[in-house]
Amino acid sequence: MREIDVSSLSAWFGSKQVLHDINLGIERSAATAIIGPSGCGKSTLIRCLNRMHEEVRGARVEGKVLFDGEDIYDPRVDPVVIRRRIGMVFQKPNPFPTMSILENTVAGLKLLGRLPKAELQARGEKALRAAGLWDEVKDRLGDPGGRLSGGQQQRLCIARALAVEPDVLLMDEPASALDPSSTLRIEELVTELKDRYTVVIVTHNMQQAARVADWTLFMLYGEVVEFGPTSRIFTTPEDKRTEDYVTGRFG
Amino acid sequence: MSATVPAIEVPRTISSQRRTKDRIFSIALWASVVIALIPLLLIVYRVVRLGLAAVSVSLFAHTALPANMAGGGMKQAFLGTAMIVGIAIVISVPLGVLTGIYLSEYGSGRIASVVRFTAEILLSIPSIVAGAFIWALVVVALGSFSGLAAGVALTVIMWPIMARATEEVLRLVPTELREGGLALGYPRWRVIMRVVLPTAGAGVLTAIMLAVARGLGETAPVLLTALGNDFVNTNPMKPTDAVPLRVYNYVQSAYPAWRALAWGGALMLLLGVLVLSVTARMLSIRQQRRMR
Amino acid sequence: MVVSVGLVVMLALLLWVLADGGWRAIREFGLHFIIGRDWNPVSGRESYGALPFIFGTAVTSLIAMVLAMPIGVGVALFLNESGSAWIKNPLAVLVDLLAAIPSVVYGIWGLFVLVPLFDHTVQPWMSASIGKVPIIGDLFTFNGPGGDIFTAGVILAIMILPIVTAVTREVVSVVSSETREGAMALGATRYETIRLGVLPTARPGIIGAGMLGLGRALGETIAVALVIGNSTRITASLFNPGYTIPAVIANEFREATSAGVHRSALLFLALLLVLIALGMATVSRLLVRRTTRLLGGDVAAQEEAATSTLGMA
Repeated sequence: MREIDVSSLSAWFGSKQVLHDINLGIERSAATAIIGPSGCGKSTLIRCLNRMHEEVRGARVEGKVLFDGEDIYDPRVDPVVIRRRIGMVFQKPNPFPTMSILENTVAGLKLLGRLPKAELQARGEKALRAAGLWDEVKDRLGDPGGRLSGGQQQRLCIARALAVEPDVLLMDEPASALDPSSTLRIEELVTELKDRYTVVIVTHNMQQAARVADWTLFMLYGEVVEFGPTSRIFTTPEDKRTEDYVTGRFG
Repeated sequence: MSATVPAIEVPRTISSQRRTKDRIFSIALWASVVIALIPLLLIVYRVVRLGLAAVSVSLFAHTALPANMAGGGMKQAFLGTAMIVGIAIVISVPLGVLTGIYLSEYGSGRIASVVRFTAEILLSIPSIVAGAFIWALVVVALGSFSGLAAGVALTVIMWPIMARATEEVLRLVPTELREGGLALGYPRWRVIMRVVLPTAGAGVLTAIMLAVARGLGETAPVLLTALGNDFVNTNPMKPTDAVPLRVYNYVQSAYPAWRALAWGGALMLLLGVLVLSVTARMLSIRQQRRMR
Repeated sequence: MVVSVGLVVMLALLLWVLADGGWRAIREFGLHFIIGRDWNPVSGRESYGALPFIFGTAVTSLIAMVLAMPIGVGVALFLNESGSAWIKNPLAVLVDLLAAIPSVVYGIWGLFVLVPLFDHTVQPWMSASIGKVPIIGDLFTFNGPGGDIFTAGVILAIMILPIVTAVTREVVSVVSSETREGAMALGATRYETIRLGVLPTARPGIIGAGMLGLGRALGETIAVALVIGNSTRITASLFNPGYTIPAVIANEFREATSAGVHRSALLFLALLLVLIALGMATVSRLLVRRTTRLLGGDVAAQEEAATSTLGMA
């Protein structure tokens, strides 16, 4: 069952076209990885899925992205609403520096209206548990978010994204700024999360994609080269370029 | 284990409350921009309008005359400013540029940090304090107000500006250039003179222009040190007039003829400062492009 | 290097000269200098109580801050959020030009344009409206034409606006690039992104910008001297004339050349001014650093940028 349906998506930075006519279907309750060499457009693609790409000066998008029956690029659709339902975690962990751990977690919830403190607390705990961070911080929820380690900060950002109960979680190279054990932790998290959420993860690490993703998309020069079940992409790819990439002949 | 929390209601659109707040905020930002620009436009307009009326050859060619006589001017003030600012440039440019070079090229030690900190402090002292300082030191010591004292007072203000600006410009010169010179066997000093300074050339000029723009328009330090003069004075050891000073005096006078001249002087000051600032800015943009 | 150390020597000399000159006044009048209200240089009846000037300086600077801060932060946020270079660059240049205008030009405009405008229109109106409110109304009682504290405050606000805007801009731009995406990805509107992500982290830096502006306002001489009315009485209404420390130094130095308590008094006031301005600048720097520290990591470069703008005061 398709959660997101991308058709004929193209994107530009100013006059430079970085995505060419992308067609893609993201499956619900599964993890989809986007891989490819540097500069192939994978970050741009994922940012088009929650309308973050257009926030850059001079950036432009054309095409359709169907989500829950609607084209998110329809002029009548408010990007702010989309971003609540399609959340994002970034490469560099970015918790709000002046907020405590709990405040960070429920920051998105507070935007939705006044909720009683007890409820915020409960939802915060739920999100922190889902992000695998609860046990480590439950005694110090009031501590500033910036005091956590890099890996913990990233899980805090994941908790923050999960607290607003999105349908989709986009992850733009979430572990590339982290040490190996934190990376492992994040990967375990992705495997847990994909049952309840639809996860799309960009990674420059092929093995990571092989470990966590059900589906894999290989991109080159802003185009889709091949898309399919992860096992097929890595063992019996249909396109020669895919084969070259996954066997390490380039990139 | 916490109690299960129900899923959140998913609204299709944002609440109107949030939208309204966002809109009000945008309007507030626009409003502040408009409010900020209004005084600038009003001032420039008024100064240009009234100043142009007073600008004529006589403004520059004649010296001050008693208010009931027609055709007075501010010649002595223009010449005085030239002299005072000239003295200030002669003293402060070498001092400022050298300090800037020191801070940029040798700038990581304890001494350098102290110097940098001092420069920052000096940048934020009120200009009248610079005037009071030189007043207490030079005027009282020499027994009279003088153009020289005013030049020194302006140096107190211009030196830190030039030092800071020069340091920044030199910092922009890529390290590779320096390393190239050193690798050829040039001593440090030579590298600075032959490689770093020429590359940064226009930038240093920008620094000087900015400092001069500031020095031109300063009234308070000049007031306390040069006192002013109704006649052309070529002796730096005697009281001298300056344009901002003359404008300040004429503004407070009861005579319309003098007040009109004040607007003329104000316009000239504004033009001088703006021309210098804009040129400095354009030079600096060009310089930055060259360094890329 | 010798030359550069000379800079430090100069500062030290400055402080010493002022302290040495001002010492006599403090010795003779002690605490009275600061809290006394009478300022009488006439020899034979000399008395120096500087409270009117301290009061005037404080009040005008406060008015300037209250007016300039919201506008300055607003303009800074606008410039930061603004998408098109078309609006952004010219606007930034214009605001910076405000900084280049010499204070005597502000003064002449203030005296001939702003003072009459306020005297004939704004102040009578405010006096009739807010002036009637009990207690605060006394602040706004109009008492006749002429220079006054309020007008001086407004002129100061215009003069410090550029520096408040410039420093706030630097701070906000650094903070914004770090926290903005996080907030947007949660589904925040532009206002919420700023309120949630940018402002709390930028707050120390913004206060720092304010302190810098305050420091500038405290020391401004010429424009204030022209529009404040130069009266040594302390009154309740803001629409009455007043006096500030820099203004009295500028107005009275001529009579004080001979060594005497008068000169000493003025020098001490100058010393006071330097120390306060110095204090403000230091506090401001610490505050801006606080903001960059909150962000951690590789923001050292941006801190350089922020503090260098401070230098271009």
